[in-house]
Amino acid sequence: MRTLVLAEHNNIELNPQTLNTVTCAKALGSVDILVAGKNCGDVAQACAEIEGVQTVLIADDVMLAHALAETLAPLLVSLAEHYDAILAPATSIGKNVLPRVAAVLDVQQISDICEVVNENTFKRPIYAGNAIQTVQSRDAKKIITVRTTTFEPANPTGGSATLKNIDKVDTPQLSTFVGAELSTSDRPDLASSAVIVSGGRGLGSVENFALLETLADILGGAIGASRAAVDAGFATNDHQIGQTGKVVAPDLYIAVGISGAIQHLAGMKDSRTIVAINSDPDAPIFKIADYGLVADLFDVLPELAQALKQ
Amino acid sequence: MKVLVAIKRVVDFNVKIRVRSDGSGVDTAGVKMSMNPFDEIAVEEAVRLKEAGTVSEIIAVSIGPAQCKDTLRTALAMGADQGIHIETEADLEPLAIAKILQDTAHKEDPDMIFLGKQAIDDDANQTAQMLAALLNWGQGTFASHIDFTEGAAQVVREIDGGLETIKLNLPCVISTDLRLNEPRYASLPNIMKAKKKPIQTVALEDLGLDTTPHLNVLAVEEPAQRKAGQILSSVQDLADKIKEAV
Ligand SMILES: Cc1cc2nc3c(=O)[nH]c(=O)nc-3n(C[C@H](O)[C@H](O)[C@H](O)COP(=O)(O)OP(=O)(O)OC[C@H]3O[C@@H](n4cnc5c(N)ncnc54)[C@H](O)[C@@H]3O)c2cc1C
Repeated sequence: MRTLVLAEHNNIELNPQTLNTVTCAKALGSVDILVAGKNCGDVAQACAEIEGVQTVLIADDVMLAHALAETLAPLLVSLAEHYDAILAPATSIGKNVLPRVAAVLDVQQISDICEVVNENTFKRPIYAGNAIQTVQSRDAKKIITVRTTTFEPANPTGGSATLKNIDKVDTPQLSTFVGAELSTSDRPDLASSAVIVSGGRGLGSVENFALLETLADILGGAIGASRAAVDAGFATNDHQIGQTGKVVAPDLYIAVGISGAIQHLAGMKDSRTIVAINSDPDAPIFKIADYGLVADLFDVLPELAQALKQ
Repeated sequence: MKVLVAIKRVVDFNVKIRVRSDGSGVDTAGVKMSMNPFDEIAVEEAVRLKEAGTVSEIIAVSIGPAQCKDTLRTALAMGADQGIHIETEADLEPLAIAKILQDTAHKEDPDMIFLGKQAIDDDANQTAQMLAALLNWGQGTFASHIDFTEGAAQVVREIDGGLETIKLNLPCVISTDLRLNEPRYASLPNIMKAKKKPIQTVALEDLGLDTTPHLNVLAVEEPAQRKAGQILSSVQDLADKIKEAV
């Protein structure tokens, strides 16, 4: 099979979730990558170095600067005849763009796959990960988004793909990019961080939520949040972990003041080690935590920071 | 403006689902069903826009078995004006739903279509985008705020890096995210009033659309379960375990 992976990037850097998607694509066949953007040459170069990638297609145009679905989807559709499968990470871009491609091609997309059984058959979580569905596609072409936490990243070096410029596709302008308010942080990216310290409603306020930072600093981790913490304004939406937020699987996930609703567990239960700090001994989070401490988080956090520093 | 809102009847978000032991699917017999929470947000947004005078008419559409009428009644009690029930016992895929909604859009000619960003049963997150593609309209997915200015919708979207604002020509499709609003509970008088609002029922077969599944579901299994862990007795023990884990 010939596959095309949509690279996820911000025109400057390649999002590492692309590497996990490449690994998934390799399970199906040969891999080309599409880098669509504006002044995205560095990203294309980075893609060319990924081990096992054959060709990097570059579409560099101002219309593609912001990955708008209305301009990116027609480009992917125009390339589809050369490929048996098109894949993207199940990120906010992949989820936005690929169904638009699938509908035009009359293909039923397979969302968020966590396993390739064979070239027609895939596993994917449903019901917030409380069931795993095995689906066999009858479509000649596959359109797939990938749950990146379940695939190892491809080696980012050692490859020597051919670079090839392609033209954008003319489309009527249905949408315009107005602006973005992106969270900036020196912390590791939530999706790929080895350690995540995550807070819930139990933190009680924005000020208290900042208590997690000390712990994250000591452990070199990222900060996550439950929906309740985001809804309450303790953290911004990009911190939300869960069924309808981000899916993460760090080496260590520390849940502080999080009850463990199924919608939250859906986003973190594949973490290697889970630690929970909660004052309620019956909180469901303890059913999946490897280590739990039943205590008031406001007592625990300062003491824990001290103990970890030693 | 006229708004179409698509709503799905799903297993209630509070239900702990059970996977059938023969691997044939999820047990839904006797289980509490509700409107998909994201679709409630879509209905609420339409109702607020009507209250603000931006929207003049709200049509709620639901596709599925007879009980979808209950889901439509909920939308009507929240403030939708009329319902369309496209009746079928078939388990339809997002692409098929998008084709049906495309057909409804051609007949009803709305200025906007609102859908929840994802259904909490199949977690596919596809229908809004597919519908926008089939209609060749713009799409404002994962919306957390919507404004209107001269013939365009300005949509703030929840994206992985934070928030993004885009402007869409009308007509457009919008998929709603959690922070767009907090849906109301229908009041008793409104529930009574909703009983008199019209629901039009159409048999799926009468639409003449190809909704055959593209996927075979071979199995539905329980995921691997985590082993129960250990409750520690001191912060020092916790610190030691954390040091081991990193
Ligand atoms: C459609 C839909 C989608 C959803 N998607 C998501 C999602 O993606 N992610 C997500 O997280 N949720 C999601 N939810 C929400 C989910 O159902 C829960 O409501 C949410 O996860 C609860 O967040 P929480 O654990 O922070 O709050 P709560 O459930 O209120 O838990 C707070 C916890 O803090 C503990 N606590 C309080 N004070 C202290 C203290 N001083 N010390 C120690 N512990 C303390 C309490 O014992 C409690 O267990 C979704 C819900 C719906 C309906």
